[in-house]
Amino acid sequence: MSLEQFKNRTVGTQVYKTLDLGETPKSGMDRFKQVVKRTFSLELFVGLWVTIREMGNALFGGNMHTVKYPFEKLPISPRYRAIHDMLRLLESGHYRCIGCGLCEKICISNCISMDTRYDENQRKEVSEYTINFGRCIFCGYCAEVCPELAIVHGGRYENASEQRAGFSIFEDMLTPIDKLNLQQEYDGFGAVTPNADENIKKTPLAY
Amino acid sequence: METTLVENLPEVTALGVIIKAIIILAVISALAGFGTYIERKVLAFMQRRLGPMHVGPFGLLQIAADGIKLFTKEDIVPQNANKLIFKIAPAITAATAFIALSSVPVFPDFTIPEMVFGVTIPLVGGVFVPSIASDINIGILFVLGMMAAGLYGPLLAGMSQANKWGIIGSARTAVQFLSYEVVTGLSILAPIMIVGSLSFVDFNNAQAGGIGSWLIWQQPVAFVLFLIAGFAETNRTPFDLLEHEAEVVSGYATEYSGMRWGMFFIGEYANMITVAIIASIVFLGGYDSSYELGWLMIILKISFFFFLMLWVRAAWPHVRPDQLMWLCWKVLMPIAVINIVVTGIVIMV
Repeated sequence: MSLEQFKNRTVGTQVYKTLDLGETPKSGMDRFKQVVKRTFSLELFVGLWVTIREMGNALFGGNMHTVKYPFEKLPISPRYRAIHDMLRLLESGHYRCIGCGLCEKICISNCISMDTRYDENQRKEVSEYTINFGRCIFCGYCAEVCPELAIVHGGRYENASEQRAGFSIFEDMLTPIDKLNLQQEYDGFGAVTPNADENIKKTPLAY
Repeated sequence: METTLVENLPEVTALGVIIKAIIILAVISALAGFGTYIERKVLAFMQRRLGPMHVGPFGLLQIAADGIKLFTKEDIVPQNANKLIFKIAPAITAATAFIALSSVPVFPDFTIPEMVFGVTIPLVGGVFVPSIASDINIGILFVLGMMAAGLYGPLLAGMSQANKWGIIGSARTAVQFLSYEVVTGLSILAPIMIVGSLSFVDFNNAQAGGIGSWLIWQQPVAFVLFLIAGFAETNRTPFDLLEHEAEVVSGYATEYSGMRWGMFFIGEYANMITVAIIASIVFLGGYDSSYELGWLMIILKISFFFFLMLWVRAAWPHVRPDQLMWLCWKVLMPIAVINIVVTGIVIMV
């Protein structure tokens, strides 16, 4: 499923059909005629045919609608906001997070807490990073505010737990270094729009 | 019709009848349980679902799971209920359903062999087991009467349980009972006039000449009327007023749980099988005794009617009580009476 489908706000083609119900019978004779007509036009058998056709389609046409949930899963929207992922830079493999702390600041349920320090190269390094998923309301502000597309929402939505507080640390959410080639760019909240290239304008320098 | 007895068959003993009764009880109870599985599966397929899948292969052991659940559930009798009647009512439904089955042919005649693999069977060896537990010559009257008596089950259950939904359910039982029982009797009267007997065996023999001699060709109107009335008799979907969940919670069965509820259920499924058997024998030729596997034919016909009941449940909405009464009194009963009159004139001429 691509993002374009989800950006289309006018869902459906809005072609409504009005049922031809005929005229409501007024006299007793009209009502009698309606009963006779409905009886002998065998309308009831249309219903029987529809159900047996659907049964045939389901059994032999591979049209069964059931998803055996724990074993099969439906695809979810790229805009879906589930458990967070921390992405890495594809070139160097270093994590993208620059320790700016914007996500911690903007988090409206105060569930992100982080600590940073300068490393030996005088770069910001994330020393502590936890998200309390018992508090997180999955609003997506952290992913939207992140200037580096480092914290994003992933697709893990099965997050039932035995305790109310459930913490994830940075390393849990970070893409494993050996799975770097499988890292997916996030299409959802706060991501670069598909037409971002068209919106780029040259910075006017000649004032 | 000269006689219903086939001369060269051995004598029916009391032991044979008892064995037959046990067989009917065991097999029909098991079939009722299996029927719930079939119903859930067929309804699921018609709605493009899978139905029970997880207990056993294709969910086949779901019946066992349901049975264990029904038997081990707490037996609750409401505080303000009339406790005696509350406890008797499910037994009425189940018992009358099985009593009705005692005078319809369920399986073919057979004789228990004296020896199996060189081992003599004690006590029951050589006993002849008849196809009908009691071949009374008013079979149809007896079956219809028993099924009508079975309506006391829902009626008493609804009134005894001190629950408003139960009261509404039993009121609807009375309405439905009065409406369709007339149609059932009148619709089956015309085939009885043609055959001139009330015995199922006579009906079967009268249609022994193949598909062309089935009574459905002579009495198509009576067949349709009986089928409609049969759906009402077994509380199946177009007429399931008694316990329609969307309207009256569960109707007469609201306060029932566990095995008491299960007896209502077994009774309902046994009634479905009984109606299917009557329709197969009276209108569709019944079993064919001319060749060895002729009894398979009636199994197929009964299966078809059973499937039809599930099919209709998947396809059609149910009617309101006033629509049921309108249908029975203003449409079906006049048609049934006209059918009888026309049949009578044809027979006389």
